[in-house]
Amino acid sequence: MGLNRRSFFKLLGVTGMTLAIGKSTTGSENGSNSVEFYGILYDAARCKGCRGCEFDCAAAHGFKDPPPSKNLPPIRKTDETCNTVVNTIKTSKGEVFVKRQCMHCNEPACVAACLTQAMHKTKMGPVTWDGDKCMGCRYCMVSCPFDSPKFEYHSANPKIQKCDMCFDRLRAGESPACAFNCPNEALLYGKRRDLIREARRRIYEKPGLYNDHIYGEHEAGGTGWLYLSPVPFEELGMNTNLQNASYPALTKGFLYSVPSVFVLAPALLLGIYQSTKNNNNGEEHNDE
Amino acid sequence: MNSTYAISADNNGKPVWKFILGELKPKGKFFTPFNIISIPIMILGLALIVIRFWKGIGSITNLTQETPWGLWIGFDVVTGVAFAGGAYVLTFMVYILNMRKYHSIIRVTVLNGFLAYAFYAGALLLDLGRPWHVINPIIGNGFGTSSVLFLVAWHFLLYMIAELIEFSPTIAEWLGARRARKILSGMTIAAVIFGITLSTLHQSGLGALYLMAKDKIHPLWYSEFIPIMFLVSSIFAGLSMVIFEGSISHRVFFRQISEKNHKAQHGIILGLSKICAGAMFAYFFLQMLVFIHGQHWHLLFTTMGLWYLVEMLGFVLIPMILFFISYRTGNINMIKVAAVITMLGVILNRLNVTIIGFRWDAAIHYIPSWMELVVTLAVIFTEIWIFRWVINRMPVLRDSPEWANENE
Repeated sequence: MGLNRRSFFKLLGVTGMTLAIGKSTTGSENGSNSVEFYGILYDAARCKGCRGCEFDCAAAHGFKDPPPSKNLPPIRKTDETCNTVVNTIKTSKGEVFVKRQCMHCNEPACVAACLTQAMHKTKMGPVTWDGDKCMGCRYCMVSCPFDSPKFEYHSANPKIQKCDMCFDRLRAGESPACAFNCPNEALLYGKRRDLIREARRRIYEKPGLYNDHIYGEHEAGGTGWLYLSPVPFEELGMNTNLQNASYPALTKGFLYSVPSVFVLAPALLLGIYQSTKNNNNGEEHNDE
Repeated sequence: MNSTYAISADNNGKPVWKFILGELKPKGKFFTPFNIISIPIMILGLALIVIRFWKGIGSITNLTQETPWGLWIGFDVVTGVAFAGGAYVLTFMVYILNMRKYHSIIRVTVLNGFLAYAFYAGALLLDLGRPWHVINPIIGNGFGTSSVLFLVAWHFLLYMIAELIEFSPTIAEWLGARRARKILSGMTIAAVIFGITLSTLHQSGLGALYLMAKDKIHPLWYSEFIPIMFLVSSIFAGLSMVIFEGSISHRVFFRQISEKNHKAQHGIILGLSKICAGAMFAYFFLQMLVFIHGQHWHLLFTTMGLWYLVEMLGFVLIPMILFFISYRTGNINMIKVAAVITMLGVILNRLNVTIIGFRWDAAIHYIPSWMELVVTLAVIFTEIWIFRWVINRMPVLRDSPEWANENE
């Protein structure tokens, strides 16, 4: 099996293709900074904890009504039957409420994790899920630093459930159900850039009221949901140890190495094969 | 096990389908201890699988929203594939480096690797919530090229094809298909080169799957080098499996193995022991580097830290020394002991990354249900059944028929 001119060109062609494909595919994550995402600013200093958004969210997504406020467990989490919860937290500044849901990252780990592109970062900003593509592997759940995607473990045809920022409403030109209905203006829907400006303005105007940090501005590479709070975010039970780089960046190094391995390894193996073939054949003839 | 195999030497006159139909019948004694244990578990496993598809994954597993991957991924897939690594290491040694000494065990190792992939990829279907969409990343209903899992899925598929090609001459010999054997043998080296390349990428890819779970895995097991650790450890995981499986096969199927190969086994095990010791040294050294570089000294004397020491010292360093010493002294039994300890260590390591160290700080930690365990056992037993079926029929351990050697 000699390496003649023809097979050399063949190898060269395959090599070039691998490189080209490798580049065009792994580079798809870039360019999100130039897109204008929409998001929601949640102001914990304004939230009165009425949980109206929980009910509006359930109605908008066809879920059962959330449980009444009496005898609620102190900390609830979103699950496959509710996309958002408002928890009451006892903090150094008294009771503070905090709404939790999918954060709609700028560069979402779940989207990078999805091998069928069922998880999708739309150009408007919401991260949506497509049941026609999803195979239910739950790698999005493993990857998400916020544990946002939830899986219907007790269904024969399970879906992934999470906040989709009411994408259908957004496309119709409306705002998300929770932001639209909030009676206390704790939820503000708009362009992410404008929301950050607004959040800065609020902190600047009432420095005594706010903790000087916009959660989600940099966390996990920036998120669609932005949080303002009167107390440090650890007290609200938010994860403050997240990296500021995006999570998909963690696998980039590995994925970039794939095309090079595909080029170098076969060439190397073929080389070793050619060089050992003749030597050992001679030895073996001597042995026998 | 007692019938003659005239057909495998030459398939003259008999239609192939009739031959295969005849081969499907069980051979040998039925009420062996292995059968008596495995059959009830396989039946129970099947019943559980029916429940799982009827009532959902949550009906038989303890998986939660916070721990979406449990035993079926952490053990069946991640650990199983590491043990299947023997196939790519041995094909590298035999076909690329031309180490003829190991040629007699190449077929059984490739068969083992192929079945491991087939069954663990099969077990993956049980874990998929929407398995009818498993074909999507292949047919392009969403090429999620930024996903490590996309790479792993494609590699599983391609590598299974490569291993099937590597194994196909054996099937051709069984069927007595001379012409097909000649063509298929000619494809071996290409399949080997392709297969090794795929293996390096998806053995490491299984580790890379966990790179994005940075905040969820205990820092002693999480580093950006997980992919390299998984790749290096798959070398000695696979070879330990080869040693372990070989010593069992030589006992169970001893009648099929020729005198010459029986004698060669000694030297093979010694050689593998040396390679294991070397690979484990490299692995241990890498782990030390990562540990020191990560500045995790303060974590060492916590519960998880001690657990880490147990893994590193008890299940990497000690078997490495055992491999080394027993290679020098030629102690085959000690090598087998070292292989078993190494395999336990690899299981421990994979479970530490995927299950034990995953959400180690959660209030309620995931512990697999007995039903998950039964399904896993059922998958393993089914694989062994198929393995035995093939060994008893095809020239895997026994020598190829005369006519096959004439071609070479």
